Amino acid sequence: MSVQAAIDKLKAQFGEAVQGVSEFRGETTVVVSKEQIVAICTFLKKDLGYNFLTDLCAIDYLGQVPRFMVVYQLYNIGTHQRLRIKAAVEESDACIDTVSGVWATANWLERECYDLMGIVFNNHPDPRRILMPADWVGHPLRKDYPLQGPGREPYQGRLQ
Amino acid sequence: MATFETMTINMGPQHPSTHGVLQLVLELDGEIVVKATPHIGFLHRGVEKLAEHRTYHQVLPLTDRLDYLAPMHNNLGYVLAVEKLLGLTDAIPERAQTVRVIMAELTRIKSHLVWLACHALDIGAMTVFLYCFRERETVMDFYEKISGARMTSNYFRVGGLSADLPAGIEQEIRKFALEMPGHVETYEGLLTGNKIWQKRIMGVGVISAEDAIDLGVTGPSLRGSGVDWDLRRDQPYCGYENYDFEVAVGQDCDTWSRYHCRLKELRESCKIILQALDRLKPGPILADAPKVVLPPKKDVVNSIEGLIHHFKIISEGFKPEPGEVYVGVENPKGEVGYYLVSDGSPRPYRMKIRPASFINLQALPKMCEGSLIADVVAVIGTLDIVLGEIDR
Repeated sequence: MSVQAAIDKLKAQFGEAVQGVSEFRGETTVVVSKEQIVAICTFLKKDLGYNFLTDLCAIDYLGQVPRFMVVYQLYNIGTHQRLRIKAAVEESDACIDTVSGVWATANWLERECYDLMGIVFNNHPDPRRILMPADWVGHPLRKDYPLQGPGREPYQGRLQ
Repeated sequence: MATFETMTINMGPQHPSTHGVLQLVLELDGEIVVKATPHIGFLHRGVEKLAEHRTYHQVLPLTDRLDYLAPMHNNLGYVLAVEKLLGLTDAIPERAQTVRVIMAELTRIKSHLVWLACHALDIGAMTVFLYCFRERETVMDFYEKISGARMTSNYFRVGGLSADLPAGIEQEIRKFALEMPGHVETYEGLLTGNKIWQKRIMGVGVISAEDAIDLGVTGPSLRGSGVDWDLRRDQPYCGYENYDFEVAVGQDCDTWSRYHCRLKELRESCKIILQALDRLKPGPILADAPKVVLPPKKDVVNSIEGLIHHFKIISEGFKPEPGEVYVGVENPKGEVGYYLVSDGSPRPYRMKIRPASFINLQALPKMCEGSLIADVVAVIGTLDIVLGEIDR
């Protein structure tokens, strides 16, 4: 089944939850609403064959509403096709359901997303920080977090 | 009523067998591991955040230091992603593609030699370590002659290569690729028939194909469980569709099977290098894209367009169209992917690296629980993790 046929089936099943489809350099991206993300991912895995979650990350569009986009890169092992799903997450309600029930890979990837971006994953089996120390305050990969860490003036280089 | 408690001990982060700064908190019932929890983050350098503050050219040296045992592969993945973002994938000259394949396969040999050396060393076979590192020195010499550095090569550029191959290197690489299968025979002679090795490896670290796919394991760790997946064949890049090689798939789902997969990959890499050397023809090494690729020095000095392009590319950087791409390459450890989001500025808006070892490490608790502590060491070796990639 081609990627286009898969997206048509997805739209037929979920209607308005599929908010937009775009294509760039041969890769297809589907923007969906975050409320039905688990149902959409289960449908993609079981019915459309995208049984491999390659990557899960978040993008911080500081200054735009919604602020975050959670991105799922999917891969169909049988037909060697890739698909990208994005779900918008607001800053005021920075949480989304976990898909670690659908693909077990998502466990650590969502922990990293929470650690570095601050998006809470509901019903996650192990919601702890993964890369930063356990008592760290703040989410480093956000755009408003200083590159060289909090509590210091940015290094200007040798000024003399 | 008799009760029993488990004992919790800490393995790492400073430990000779954890292949880097990895902390494993093991709950033990005697010698049997009841629960294994990896703690990572000791080598977190914020590469993704640094990338947001550098131009696309400046990010390239950062990628060397991710999987520092296979630096040219990280470079390759990043360069392919940027070229896809710019739409330059078809404009890369043939010589650059062929040299990329040669260097990628040499890097695979280099990385697998470290895997075999450290895996065997952790289990106790110390001779193999020295033999593998002797061959690795030859590869490091090639790296140094070609790119200037033994480890963090930074050799590829967006649009091709940074410099052409030095004269005479092709004969040396050919000689190495012809001799390497003989060396692999030596390693096999030391290990494969060895009863101790077999008892330490067979049946250890079992993970079924469904669990491996569900957990996102890629690379030889996945192929050892019987899943026929290789990005070089399934989503070819750099002209891999023109090379004739076999994908090593094992059926036993344990460490023994992964051991044979990686040894076969060593041999197949030699085959690919010989085929690529035969295909190597003289030609340009950089794509014809003046806004992206640095012009040659004589143009910079003698013509005004060269000067202006050089100045703009170095000081400001090139500006791709807004958009996003994901490119995955078949790293020796698994699928390493780069997800680049561009907003039209000279710096990547977001660069996410899909680290093969990070996701492979997720499978460690599943592979270890129920086995002995000594098997934990074997499993870490067989997953072939490198902490630079896990922590980024």
